Amino acid sequence: MGLAEVSTETGAGRAEIAARTLRTDRWWRLPLIQAVLLTVLLGYVVVRLFLRRDYFVAEYNYLTPLYSPCISTSCTPGSAHFGTIFGDLPVWIPLPIIVFPILLGFRGTCYYYRKAVYRSILQSPTACAVREPAARYSGESRFPFNLMNFHRYFFYLASLLLLINTYDAVLAFFPPGGFGFGLGSLILVANVVLLWGYTLSCHACRHIVGGKLKHFSRHPLRYAMWNRISGLNALHMQFAWASLVSVTLTDVYIMAVAAGWIADLRIVG
Amino acid sequence: MSSHWHHFRVWRGDADGGELVDYPVEVNEGEVVLDIIHRLQQTEAQDLAVRWNCKAGKCGSCSAEINGRPRLMCMTRMSTFADDEVVTVTPLRTFPVIRDLVTDVGFNYVKAREVPSFEPPPGLAPGEYRMQQVDVERSQEFRKCIECYLCQNTCHVVRDHEENKPAFAGPRYLMRVAELEMHPLDVADRRSDVQDDLGLGYCNITKCCTEVCPEHIKITDNALIPMKERVVDRRFDPLVWLGDKIFRRTGS
Repeated sequence: MGLAEVSTETGAGRAEIAARTLRTDRWWRLPLIQAVLLTVLLGYVVVRLFLRRDYFVAEYNYLTPLYSPCISTSCTPGSAHFGTIFGDLPVWIPLPIIVFPILLGFRGTCYYYRKAVYRSILQSPTACAVREPAARYSGESRFPFNLMNFHRYFFYLASLLLLINTYDAVLAFFPPGGFGFGLGSLILVANVVLLWGYTLSCHACRHIVGGKLKHFSRHPLRYAMWNRISGLNALHMQFAWASLVSVTLTDVYIMAVAAGWIADLRIVG
Repeated sequence: MSSHWHHFRVWRGDADGGELVDYPVEVNEGEVVLDIIHRLQQTEAQDLAVRWNCKAGKCGSCSAEINGRPRLMCMTRMSTFADDEVVTVTPLRTFPVIRDLVTDVGFNYVKAREVPSFEPPPGLAPGEYRMQQVDVERSQEFRKCIECYLCQNTCHVVRDHEENKPAFAGPRYLMRVAELEMHPLDVADRRSDVQDDLGLGYCNITKCCTEVCPEHIKITDNALIPMKERVVDRRFDPLVWLGDKIFRRTGS
């Protein structure tokens, strides 16, 4: 029997059930929550990128991860830890012109966020066994969604940025005048830990570290690493949300301290 | 043993048409949905068609949709429903219906035949295969599949788009490719086939296959995404390409 004999016509021979779904649970709730959260958090980040102020606290060496590394001569004095590559940028170009596309690309092509966005934003499908509204579907087999296959590039680039974020967190313990730290330093460290959790638990990382191997027995070290990463990978969704929220909260805290709305709680120094 | 009466709605009909029919039916403590369907067969609906076999969640025969969710009838306890909750049982939506709850799942057999077979190294005869456990355990997870086709039925690529059936093999058979691709003695390179002929690119990893799998196989995380990454190795990653050239790698 060939496939043509099985069925090729739309709805060929299926049971006639008109309802979009017969599910009786609140299947729309989780996609709705995700859509709201993603919109709010992404909206906040975009607005913040154009603000161009209150992203660096010179007194304590706090630099928000959204602006790190700051590499333009337009950056607040002292915030360009790695020097300046660009001259002054016009006000309509965000200072993190390199950083933001990398972070957006890494999260936008992430296997977990893809699921969340396909379900909650694109309704493809909204929930399992709930008919999707689109008449045609080609998934990631065609442009533009086949670009999701470039996740690995963004993983490489985002890992480099995370090294810089880690360096920033260390600098937050060495303000001008010597060792010292406050609540902001601890928040930066917690943020970096969650970002490492998110990055290392990435499916592309799992594959590169050992998943691509055919024979684990010939690569015991990579197998051990793959096992560890696989353990983290099971928590990838949790890391994805926790790190997204932590980046936002870290930025809010640093903005509040930089703007003078609150004083940093100093613990040492 | 306590019992109560429950409101069931069962889809009755065939390819020419059908409808949901209401049945009041007695439910006893400890029963599953398949028990209730059997009670209907014994009482009010003796011509009700249903496919079943082991009643233990291992044969994959009694797949259906219960309150809109693809499930095995024999593994769905009645105690998970409130006493006054209407229980609606319908056939799998993705496949042509034969009668009542029985569908024609032939699509899956056609797709199974499209997956290229296991290819051992040249000169290695059956009986000479030697493998280490650590090398086969990934593939063994996929061997737990009981061929219930709940994943095939739930996947929106074909559930909502009949026209995609010729191009898309479905999660069960993409997982079969992953099983072979990860097999320590399989020497075929399946990365182009799985993308071009079996439609891996259609999968948008929304994980419904994983959610419905009664064997709790991590289809998306352990089979589909690793296969997508292997396709990326071959087609999209310049660092891997460069590494292959420098170290003259042909396989690892």
